[in-house]
Amino acid sequence: MLTALLVMASIAVVLGALLGFASIKFKVEGDPLVDQIDAILPQTQCGQCGFPGCRPYATAIAGGEAEINQCPPGGEEGIRKLADLLGREFKPLSEEHGVEKPKSVAIIDEQTCIGCTLCIQACPVDAIVGAAKQMHTIVAADCTGCELCLAPCPVDCISMQPIAETVDTWKWRYPVIEIKAAA
Amino acid sequence: MLRKLFKFHGGVKPQTNKAPSTTAPIAPVPLPDRLVIPLHQAVGGHPRPLVQPGDRVLKGQRIGGADGSLSSAVHASTSGIVRDVAPALMPHTSGLTTLSVIIEPDGEDRWAELDKLNYRSTPPDELRDFLRDAGVVGLGGAVFPSYAKLKPGKEGHLKTLVINGAECEPFITCDDLLMRERAGDMLKGIVAMRHMLHAEEVLIGIEDNKPEAIAAVQAAIAASGEAGIEAVAIPTRYPAGGAKQLIRVLTGIEVPHGRRSTDFGVQCFNVGTAYSIFEALELGRPLVSRIVTVAGNVAQPRNYEVLIGTPMDHLVRLAGPRADTDRYIMGGPMMGVRMPAFDVPVVKATNCVLVGSPALFPPPPPEMPCIRCGECAKACPADLAPFEMYWFSRSKNFGKAQEYHLFDCIECGCCSFVCPSHIPLVDYFRFSKSEIWAREREKDAADTARDRFEFKNLRQEREKQEKAEKLAAKAAATREKVAAGDAATPAAAGAGAAPAKPSGDDAKRALIEAAMEKARQQKAQAAPKNTEVAAPEIQAEIAAIDARRESAAKATEATPPAPGA
Ligand code: SF4
Ligand code: SF4
Ligand code: SF4
Ligand code: SF4
Repeated sequence: MLTALLVMASIAVVLGALLGFASIKFKVEGDPLVDQIDAILPQTQCGQCGFPGCRPYATAIAGGEAEINQCPPGGEEGIRKLADLLGREFKPLSEEHGVEKPKSVAIIDEQTCIGCTLCIQACPVDAIVGAAKQMHTIVAADCTGCELCLAPCPVDCISMQPIAETVDTWKWRYPVIEIKAAA
Repeated sequence: MLRKLFKFHGGVKPQTNKAPSTTAPIAPVPLPDRLVIPLHQAVGGHPRPLVQPGDRVLKGQRIGGADGSLSSAVHASTSGIVRDVAPALMPHTSGLTTLSVIIEPDGEDRWAELDKLNYRSTPPDELRDFLRDAGVVGLGGAVFPSYAKLKPGKEGHLKTLVINGAECEPFITCDDLLMRERAGDMLKGIVAMRHMLHAEEVLIGIEDNKPEAIAAVQAAIAASGEAGIEAVAIPTRYPAGGAKQLIRVLTGIEVPHGRRSTDFGVQCFNVGTAYSIFEALELGRPLVSRIVTVAGNVAQPRNYEVLIGTPMDHLVRLAGPRADTDRYIMGGPMMGVRMPAFDVPVVKATNCVLVGSPALFPPPPPEMPCIRCGECAKACPADLAPFEMYWFSRSKNFGKAQEYHLFDCIECGCCSFVCPSHIPLVDYFRFSKSEIWAREREKDAADTARDRFEFKNLRQEREKQEKAEKLAAKAAATREKVAAGDAATPAAAGAGAAPAKPSGDDAKRALIEAAMEKARQQKAQAAPKNTEVAAPEIQAEIAAIDARRESAAKATEATPPAPGA
């Protein structure tokens, strides 16, 4: 009886030590939940969710301080994914935070641009190139379509243009075929 | 001759409908009024245009330069004048446009100066560049740039070079006719490829429903006296012409998921590609035309030698389309795609223009629920479980669909063909694949945006810090100067009452004082302009002017100007 107890106790001690060691050795850096949420967010960095960027919003969701339906660029699909990940109920996009729009990029009317550099400072992803008193232009490939550069422009020369479909981005449609009711 | 052949899994036996288009030889096509040559015709990058509207071009002149690591050049198919370089409707189901060169033929069909090449004495890299610039791509339908495939694997040589003359898809006979009429030249192309790949043996796989083609190729091999090249008749079974299926039938090698055939010492090319390699190397002619089968709802199905860029309706008119024609399909009935219009151009991928009508291709019966009978899995040549992929594609559960190896699906259509519930399975798979690609692109874009955003934050943080440091350093320097000045000039002693312990306010005041002092000194220094060298009378004049200016300034100070004056 006593040996059995001793054996069990010593196994417990050894396993406990092993577990403790493993938890230190294989410690996960950062907060994996925030990373997972951040991976779902579209990284438009527009701030429409009420946070200064996607990661702060992800942190807030993980901390239970924000709802999952505040990101308009992520749209319904994004909310569904968040709901899946977090085991929360799906809810439609909250209207006060904006509406889902087709993906767009900003275009600067280069004739009107006065080179004030205000848009450069606003752009969260450094997608605008230019210098003081020089014409500015937007690198379309890097623009996330966050619209943050529209408001600061003193001459209103930036506009958003929906991204046109090309053969490379074209998608086969979901087959719409009449389904016969089972008799 | 008795070679052991293998079987691939699944497959179907649809009606071949090939005979009508093989009765007449390959015919030429009269020049159309205009050629629309899309710049993007092959897998890989978009070639950049090399001509401008108004340019005169010759047949075979390069009009689109290969761009990027995987891309293939495009050439003018006849001589004439470039009317426009603009987006034009492309032969693609989407109905989208792509940048195209529009040429108005001058009727002379004059060739440009052609470079020939002796492939035996040219280094392999140069040879590949030559074929890239000759625009040679896979003509079996995949349009993969051939130069990229003409590399022997890691071992430096290849065991088997498989040449695909199976042509399993119903209605299409362009490879059949090519082999019947041009076997000798095609063989020269095969020999060149064999040289580039250092292949031990060459197997030309031809379905046994093409006895004339097999005989012609065998005769050509005998005439050439080449050893180690064999034309093999394989059983007719769709899709024996799929690269993996043909390799399986001829060599018994099954290329597993995620591996390439070159890993097993095998590479596969289409017979049409072999012929265009012959044309490029031995005649110096780039790929400007191809053989196209016109079949289906036409009076006289036939094969034509068609210039790339010829509008399809111009071509089909020669074969006599019937009145109830309502669509063109590029490719065959199993894998072909519907064209958005009748006047889209023939491109390098166009092996067949199948003319359709409601009578010939009636709309499919309504889809019924999947009964999980497993027929589709039995028919799938890629050994997949189509009903599972269908289920997950239908419910848009793309991750799961991928787990069932959706991307191994070759879209052969066998599963849709056998499905008793008439489910358009391939449509679901195409939908799923393009959705998955779109998601990948979005994810890549999001990752870039995240990196750039984080970098911008980092940069701003760093700039702020640098600015603060600079300011602090400057402030410290000035403070030192002030302290030094205090000791020397008693005038400033009042301001720097406690220079030893500069509390916030005092330090600031000291700085301001110092700045003002500096400004005053600068002003004083500015007074004596470069007047030392002037003559005495001029100096006197300047003094007089200065005096006048000073008195004037005093006057304005005394009587400030009326507001608004
Ligand atoms: S609204 Fe969405 S995209 Fe915009 S910053 Fe918030 S999480 Fe990012
Ligand atoms: S260019 Fe304008 S819209 Fe585009 S990412 Fe920058 S700030 Fe946003
Ligand atoms: S053949 Fe059709 S009905 Fe049968 S399992 Fe496959 S998808 Fe379902
Ligand atoms: S289309 Fe795809 S899933 Fe269907 S039989 Fe062919 S390879 Fe298999």
